[in-house]
Amino acid sequence: MVFEGLSEKLQQTMKKLRGAGRVTEKDVKAMMREIKLALLEADVNFKVVKQFIESVSERAVGTDVLESLTPGQQVVKIVHEELISLMGSVPAKITFSSKPPTVYMMVGLQGAGKTTFTGKLASYLRKEGKKPLMTACDVYRPAAIQQLQVLGKQLDIPVFAMGDKQSPVDIAKAAIKHASLNQNDVVLIDTAGRLHIDDDLMNELENIKNAVGPQEILLVVDSMTGQDAVNVAKSFNEKLSIDGIILTKLDGDTRGGAALSTKAVTGKPIKFIGIGEKLNELEVFYPDRMASRILGMGDVLSLIEKAQQSFDEKKAIELEKKMRTMQFTLDDFLEQMQQLKKMGPLNQIMGMIPGMDNKMLKDMDVDEKKMAHTEAIIQSMTKKERVNPSILNASRRKRIAAGSGTSIQEINQLLKQFEQLKKMMKTMTSMGKKGRKSLGKFGLPF
Amino acid sequence: MGFFEKLKNGLKKTRAEITDKIDKILVSMGKIDEELFEELEEVLISADLGVETTMEIVEELRRKVKENKVTQAVDVKELLKDQLANILGDEKGELSFSTTPSVIVVVGVNGVGKTTSIGKISYLLKQMGKKVVIAAGDTFRAAAIEQVEVWANRAGVDIIKHSEGADPSAVIFDAIQAAKSRKADVLICDTAGRLHTKKNLMEELKKIYRVIKRELPEADMETLLVLDATTGQNAVTQAKVFSEAAAVTGLVLTKLDGTAKGGIVIAIKSELNVPVKLVGVGEQLDDLQWFDSKEFIEALF
Repeated sequence: MVFEGLSEKLQQTMKKLRGAGRVTEKDVKAMMREIKLALLEADVNFKVVKQFIESVSERAVGTDVLESLTPGQQVVKIVHEELISLMGSVPAKITFSSKPPTVYMMVGLQGAGKTTFTGKLASYLRKEGKKPLMTACDVYRPAAIQQLQVLGKQLDIPVFAMGDKQSPVDIAKAAIKHASLNQNDVVLIDTAGRLHIDDDLMNELENIKNAVGPQEILLVVDSMTGQDAVNVAKSFNEKLSIDGIILTKLDGDTRGGAALSTKAVTGKPIKFIGIGEKLNELEVFYPDRMASRILGMGDVLSLIEKAQQSFDEKKAIELEKKMRTMQFTLDDFLEQMQQLKKMGPLNQIMGMIPGMDNKMLKDMDVDEKKMAHTEAIIQSMTKKERVNPSILNASRRKRIAAGSGTSIQEINQLLKQFEQLKKMMKTMTSMGKKGRKSLGKFGLPF
Repeated sequence: MGFFEKLKNGLKKTRAEITDKIDKILVSMGKIDEELFEELEEVLISADLGVETTMEIVEELRRKVKENKVTQAVDVKELLKDQLANILGDEKGELSFSTTPSVIVVVGVNGVGKTTSIGKISYLLKQMGKKVVIAAGDTFRAAAIEQVEVWANRAGVDIIKHSEGADPSAVIFDAIQAAKSRKADVLICDTAGRLHTKKNLMEELKKIYRVIKRELPEADMETLLVLDATTGQNAVTQAKVFSEAAAVTGLVLTKLDGTAKGGIVIAIKSELNVPVKLVGVGEQLDDLQWFDSKEFIEALF
């Protein structure tokens, strides 16, 4: 794939920039072209890219290079940080009106996923203890009203509809009245998809807004949108002054540059992301995760950062000592695994390990479930067994299998892997000073 | 309104975006220098052609400028036009219907406009005197069957449907039998929107194909991948993965009446050699047109 090529190029450029001290103008220039391409390939709007690159370059030149990083890595670190701050460092929360019902209005282009999102948001709000009412204001698309009604039935959440002969403004107004009578404290208005250049339909949205005074207008954007995302977001924001952005269909493999583009032109936060067709698959937006996704590269820096956060230096030294003296037990193994899990999804972490490029990752299927099984197995062992697995006879193994809900085969496999790991450690620790040093830093026996 | 005007209308924004910018650049520059190529690069990228395709085009443009000893910036436009025409080829959008029935399967990710396109294709074929049967194969999304039914009624063609949640292959099977017994010319199969990353859904698509191949082994078959013109680089991956599961024979480019430029089809043609067959330029029943690469580019400039 194109993007993997870019990611590799970025890593290559990064490798070339060795040396310590300060980030020079030359370092920055060498990196910026690659980063520009990476962002463009991720569908970030080219104007946004240009501005972004300019501001990052300015910040990067002359910064001190942190210990243990190359200038190239330092630049990428800055880019990553800037991306996060641009997308709004902390997740934005949805707000409620002090005077119920709180009204939310969903707007966007055709096919962005407004109706599905309306269902997801209603379900999310109900979990928060609200009593939502969904309102079908898409009187144009065939069967759009039925679609919302079906979702309402699936979720057991009421849907207010008046057919497709009434004006959306009247339907919205009637829905608010209906909500007040029926103690619904949240009203979600699903509007028809429309082009941002369709003046009549854009005016209609404005009329709905004026009629019902929504707490928040949420612009639903397909995460696969390309360069045009800025035009769409800008038009909707200028006309309606939106309050937040929803990114849908992020369960695909798009880089989602639209996130950055829409945020940059509107200044409005991204509030939720949609990741699937099941009605509970709605997630709060995390700017840092999105930044990594847009950059799309295995980046060593977050690994270092994350490792530093999650690994206790003292524990790492202790572990190293244990490894050297071959006292590494299943308990340590479990602890390592849990620390690793703290750092985030395994696939992501593997992608950050230096030397692991995307090609290698593709062949390697990291199975989180298997890790859970391993955890369960070790937790089903007695303290004695964890320290000395050699006492595990057939009946003990049987007990553990029953206790962990796994099979004896899985236990055998785990024990075999553990033995291999111990052997590997022996060779690694005898590799000399260099090997030890890097182990001390990462403390990753995997 | 003929195709040309309609497309031109639909592409007015596109044209304004691309060519105004190009014209501005060319006029303001006058001479050809590195900055000119860089600006052209940006214009093509902002039309969603993608980095790789853009680089290739600009590289080739550089070579041609040198080769033809072009000195004026305005002449570069003609060269660029030629080059885009080269990539898109001079083929006109058409579908093959030599067998009775012939089959069209319509696939794509969620929300690109598959069902709407099916309504418009049915109408288009009916105008050509074909007898059409639609298979309501999207049994997954809420009210998708009702939606395609409305379009079938508007176009005045037959529809075969099951209830929501039914096996789409079973719907297709029944529709094939109906198309045979009713002596339909074309069977159009709707499918549920699916992200190309969902493995089991792509398997479901393969099953639909097995049913069609088994029941109609001799039939002409077109697989149309519907692409939203606003889609960015992910469209290339979509085209790739759908082609693996379903042998895509052509693209339907929808929502070209917005400000999106749909330049991604040039990248797709250049990388995967999948041609555009139809373009959607509005919400009316007759707002679907045969794609004509010559006119497409002509309307672009």
